[in-house]
Amino acid sequence: MTGYLSAYFSILVFIGIGIVVGLVPILAGHLIGKKKPNPIKDSAYECGFPAFENARLPFDVRFYLVAILFILFDLETAFLFPWAVTLRTTKIAGLVAMAIFVGVLVLGFIYEWRKGALEWE
Amino acid sequence: MTNLETQIIALIWTVVKIVCIVLPLMICVAYLTYAERKVIGYMQLRIGPNRVGWFGLLQPIADAVKLLHKEIIQPTLSNHYLFAVAPILSIAPALAAWAVIPFMPNVVLADINAGVLYLFAMSSIGVYGILIAGWASNSKYPMFSAMRSAAQTISYEIAMGFAFVGVLLAAGSMNLQTIVLAQQGGIWHWYALPLFPLFIVYWISGVAETNRAPFDVAEGESEIVAGFHVEYSGMPFGIFFLAEYANMILISTITSLLFLGGWLSPFEHIPLLGKLTSFIPGIVWLLAKIAFLLFVYLWMRATFPRFRYDQIMRLGWKFLIPVALVWLCLVAVAVVVKFPPWFN
Repeated sequence: MTGYLSAYFSILVFIGIGIVVGLVPILAGHLIGKKKPNPIKDSAYECGFPAFENARLPFDVRFYLVAILFILFDLETAFLFPWAVTLRTTKIAGLVAMAIFVGVLVLGFIYEWRKGALEWE
Repeated sequence: MTNLETQIIALIWTVVKIVCIVLPLMICVAYLTYAERKVIGYMQLRIGPNRVGWFGLLQPIADAVKLLHKEIIQPTLSNHYLFAVAPILSIAPALAAWAVIPFMPNVVLADINAGVLYLFAMSSIGVYGILIAGWASNSKYPMFSAMRSAAQTISYEIAMGFAFVGVLLAAGSMNLQTIVLAQQGGIWHWYALPLFPLFIVYWISGVAETNRAPFDVAEGESEIVAGFHVEYSGMPFGIFFLAEYANMILISTITSLLFLGGWLSPFEHIPLLGKLTSFIPGIVWLLAKIAFLLFVYLWMRATFPRFRYDQIMRLGWKFLIPVALVWLCLVAVAVVVKFPPWFN
């Protein structure tokens, strides 16, 4: 049990060091780099023109659709992970169960394909 | 008290081990940028950087010094906290993923049973850095880039997940060491052969996941200037750059471990060559495989033109996902019927 926990603890330490590796050069850059702010330099970049509207533009609904489809399929992958590891013990029963589950999802996939949810022209 | 002391010593020991992984990794990242400019230079009949040091070998160091001295610009209209957090959020997972990477038998920082799951999680977090950078900049080009990049990354993540599942099926474990050892018994047992379509799917998704050419619409310098990091300058920009290259090395390493037998020698169980090359330590083979895959990354960038966005989405959803699903079903059946010689 302690070995199990210490493995995850070292991962936590690694994430901490990852953050430090990102933080230190940026702080060093703030210390060493020049600082001459002016309003034009600090405005949003738009090919040299002053920005003529807010950047928070409405975006294409298809991006949202892709995100929703992603959640469905990623959940499916989350179910597939433990199934894949244990298939050698669950054998034919596991195979049939997952065939039904994936079959339903594939039906949904065919439906969205036919409906044109995957078209980006 | 002694208990506390042993824990502190254990912590210091862990930190030392992590530094032993991160330091060579950062040097590799620095010299990957050099290798990229040099390799693409020669592919385009130029010589690449050759002024700073021998053959331009000090170029990455000169770049780092230059970036350190640049002014860090913070746009007035940006969300200041998110703007500062974004580069750190993109590099931390790219480094932290190395915690579970085995370099040789038992040479691994955290030998956890959910290794593949952890890698999957870490490579997914990377997209937040880009998304937050694009949003926090409050500028048009970063916004477009963030949208494109997020949709592209999550689309390819599905295909990537299916490729992982195929490997898990074949190995019956999520532990990366077990997966590598399951490929023992000669080059024909590496999963690149029985899982060939999944190997290709994983590699393409990996390139798309790191936003590298030919899938680099997120940067698209000819249309949206530089994408999500237009508003970044100096070291924060440098951190994005480091994160991108660290992710390339990570994807190459995962591909080597899952599909190309990790540290196993390609000459295993080959009559004469196997004996002659058995003195070479495993890490050399692993590094050679990673280096080759990184070269393929650069090669692809020099060869292929950038995909159009609708082509990227079509490839991801209508080609890679069906191919991965079909091959997954075949592998599942092969595992259940113990199909020789790979799944018995």
